[in-house]
Amino acid sequence: MQATGFDAWALSLVVFLPLIGAIVMMVIPKAEEELHKMVAMAASLAALAVGIYVLINFDYDASGELQFVVDKSWIDVINSRYIIGLDGLSLPLLVLSLAVVPLCVIYSWHHIPEPGNPKAFLILILILGTGMNGTFVSQDLILFFVFFEIVLLPMYFMIGVWGGENRQYAAIKFFLFTLFGSALMILSFLALFFLADGTLAGTTANTFDMRALPTAATVISTTTAVWIFGGMFMGFGIKVPMFPFHTWLPDAHTQAPTVGSVILAAVLLKLGTYGFIRIAIPILPGAAVEWAPFIGLLAVIGIIYGALGCLAQTDMKRLIAFSSVAHMGFVMLGIATLTDFGMNAAVFGMVAHGLITGMLFFVAGSVKDRYHTLEIARLGGLLKQAPKMGWILGFATMASLGLPGLAGFWGEFPAILAAYQPADALSEETFRTYMVIAAVGTVLAAGYLLWLFQRTAFGEPSDEFADEPIDDVIPTEWMAWSPFLLGIVVLGVYPNLLFSITDDTVVNIAELVTAAAGG
Amino acid sequence: MTLLAIFERPAIDWHAFAPEVVLLCALLLVLLLDIIFDERARQIIPTVAGAGLLGALLPVVTLAVDGQDRFMFDGAFAVDDAALVLKALFLISGYVVVLLSIDYIRDGDYYENEYYTLLMSSLLGMLMIASSRDLVSMFVALELLSIPAYMLAAWRKGGPTSNEAGIKYYLMGVFASAVMLYGMSLLYGVAGSTRFVDIGVAVSGSDASPFVVLAILFVVVGFAFKVSAVPFHSWAPDTYEGAPTPITAFLAVASKAAGFVALLQLVFVAFAGRSDVIEPLFWILAALTMTVGNLIALRQENIVRMLAYSGVAQGGFMLVPFAVSGDAGDTAITAIVTYLIIYAFMNLGAFGVVMAVARKTRSGQISSYGGLFSYAPGLAVAMTVFLASLAGIPPLGGWFAKFVVIQSLFDAASVSSAILGVIFAVNTVIAFGYYARVLREMWFSPVPDGDSTPIKVPAAIATALVLTAVATVVSGVLPQLVGRFGDISTSLAL
Repeated sequence: MQATGFDAWALSLVVFLPLIGAIVMMVIPKAEEELHKMVAMAASLAALAVGIYVLINFDYDASGELQFVVDKSWIDVINSRYIIGLDGLSLPLLVLSLAVVPLCVIYSWHHIPEPGNPKAFLILILILGTGMNGTFVSQDLILFFVFFEIVLLPMYFMIGVWGGENRQYAAIKFFLFTLFGSALMILSFLALFFLADGTLAGTTANTFDMRALPTAATVISTTTAVWIFGGMFMGFGIKVPMFPFHTWLPDAHTQAPTVGSVILAAVLLKLGTYGFIRIAIPILPGAAVEWAPFIGLLAVIGIIYGALGCLAQTDMKRLIAFSSVAHMGFVMLGIATLTDFGMNAAVFGMVAHGLITGMLFFVAGSVKDRYHTLEIARLGGLLKQAPKMGWILGFATMASLGLPGLAGFWGEFPAILAAYQPADALSEETFRTYMVIAAVGTVLAAGYLLWLFQRTAFGEPSDEFADEPIDDVIPTEWMAWSPFLLGIVVLGVYPNLLFSITDDTVVNIAELVTAAAGG
Repeated sequence: MTLLAIFERPAIDWHAFAPEVVLLCALLLVLLLDIIFDERARQIIPTVAGAGLLGALLPVVTLAVDGQDRFMFDGAFAVDDAALVLKALFLISGYVVVLLSIDYIRDGDYYENEYYTLLMSSLLGMLMIASSRDLVSMFVALELLSIPAYMLAAWRKGGPTSNEAGIKYYLMGVFASAVMLYGMSLLYGVAGSTRFVDIGVAVSGSDASPFVVLAILFVVVGFAFKVSAVPFHSWAPDTYEGAPTPITAFLAVASKAAGFVALLQLVFVAFAGRSDVIEPLFWILAALTMTVGNLIALRQENIVRMLAYSGVAQGGFMLVPFAVSGDAGDTAITAIVTYLIIYAFMNLGAFGVVMAVARKTRSGQISSYGGLFSYAPGLAVAMTVFLASLAGIPPLGGWFAKFVVIQSLFDAASVSSAILGVIFAVNTVIAFGYYARVLREMWFSPVPDGDSTPIKVPAAIATALVLTAVATVVSGVLPQLVGRFGDISTSLAL
């Protein structure tokens, strides 16, 4: 069922067009700043255009099946193949990642952070794009791993070179945490390779093929599978990040330049949650059942801890970062229920969080540009000085706290609801307890977000900035932000747009869980 | 008289010998040019040397195309796929070293002609060691590659550190040779033959005879010096720091690879039946080498010393598959050869950047790399590629090298291999610590003396950097290109 004609090239183009752009930019002299911006824009838009082609030609009636599949030999020595494909689970995240990159390039047009050098900055963004897109379409564990890791170095440099005061510490912390997780993850992948029996799925005995592994891995005993799952849990869980591995996130977010924070929040964190739904659960559903209560527990701890963390923050960016921990807790809770309903909610939560938190970081970045501080105590009266930006901030905080009618609601509410009725193999009592705790979390979320909005936007501008002219939203900001705002509204009003795409794939995965628990 | 009558010249397959012959001819040509034209020949000597190395690559390719295993001298000299892969590796590394040497040696006004002659003799020894399947030919090849290297290490005659480098390397090397030779004599005593195949049969039959164990121990220890495995590594940092930098690159890559090639043949052919001795021995060597090398590397302030210790640690990573040689078999050979190939490119590249930067800063301190990205972005990116690859970060070559090593451990699937795997993983993370320090200096720190005039990279070094950087990236993105060579090298064990 391989794709033919242009379809066979579509996904590869989506993945590698940004990289080609980056390579072109490498040979252009550093001084040609405008040209660099144009090339970066062109490359990311070209990838987006192919992405739209994919979006149009995607067969929505068969969204549970992989489409645009390419299966070519890659590393024969270790039986790893270049397999890429797209189904209803990957599609929304791929589109999100494709859209975020050009928007970040637009935003960077007038916002290249200190110490400048747009050439290097934009090249890093494009390389990030290749890594993220590649991760969402890979259907081979090693290919997935390579793309998963490609994002590490560019983000490390982005934080370390263009970041805030404490950037070096944040950069190395981000790097070491993630590296540690991926080391364990690759061990799990290797264990799957050696222990699973690919002949069951009609391929070679040892295989990294993600399409074959759910069948092939049925021969692995549950005890072993629990260990293997543990390795992946570390790899993906650190990336999400789950409590207690979240400590890298506030540092990285706070220190990263605006665009770095946006990409980190909008896409990079999703690589972890995507990994759970795409790899860990379908391949080892039995072990997932064993792990689920524990994951659910960490998820709700994350929700409460993130919310309490938010209340204690004095820095706007750091507050948003902690709110990410809480929101990703909802996503993980949805995943931990192991039901189709919960995982649908999780995917929705990922996209919604990507849009909303991305938006919040954009606003935070622009506030920092104008006030040169993000100290909440020193801000205030944003609605007076820059009303449009103030209202956008208000809109994003409302969306973030889960106001019905905006996208955030459809990520949180169904996740909580799913915890009421987890998969059959899981304990109802446990998950209903989680449900209650998570519900408390939403109240806290409303608290810290409204408090943030109130302290920064309401009232009179503080004395030190009262006389300073503060620009309102500028055109490049409008261009970069309006797709985010639009997405938040559209998905909020018509959530089925997303649910209908993800549902088939997620139902298949939930069935694997049911089968594993029953058998 | 009777002796002469009995002696018959063994049949010589000239095609099989062609790489060595071509290199020998080029070497003699360099020598002759020097004698005849004296100073006037200086301009073309490096070109001739480089051409000679590439010329020797030609018969390697034709032999590979021919694909036939050839044996000579009663099996003492073999040309099979494994040997060809390794010969090609030595020749290409040698060529890169020549590229790195040109400006360094010319600017330093060192004895150019002799330099290239010795470099080529050492490479000739390496070509031979890849083919030797017998104790005598291996020892001769080893001495042929070592003795010129002792002299090259002391090439900066004026500098006391270089003299120290040469002397230390020489004394340690000779001591190691002596120990090894003693082990070899014991082996001959046990087996009654110097061929690896016969030794393999003899030692695997013997029950835990102390002679065999002692012999294996001595021979392995001898080569452990060569590959600077802990605790036999103490010469390496001083020698690396004192020697001319291109020679440091040569020692760290080609000479170390030669040691590993010899170990490969010994472990997988001669000692194949004695994994009960080999595995624990290498387990300890590998664990010590990785850990000690990494921990000391963390504390280095000088980039060459840091690379020296990182080289020790990387050697430890390469020793890991030996520790599962019995259980993993072919996977272990694939892993070692693949690692050697990728390591050669990334490490040579790193030394190339060090040389290019030193032309401006005249310093080997890691702190002198501050702000490199701001005034020499090309070099900074190249160094990032090499160091990230050494650290094993995808999609750069090093990840695949590390991956195949872990794969061999998994293939062995024993408790001891699992523990070694954990040590390996921890070390990989530690290693990132010191590579990241250089990255941090280059990207995040300001220029230390405020002098941000761009660096002029000579064409030869630039060529070497492009070559190694492309190889490093490509071997990570399309690992099959390198993995294939690792895979066919398992012909060794046949």
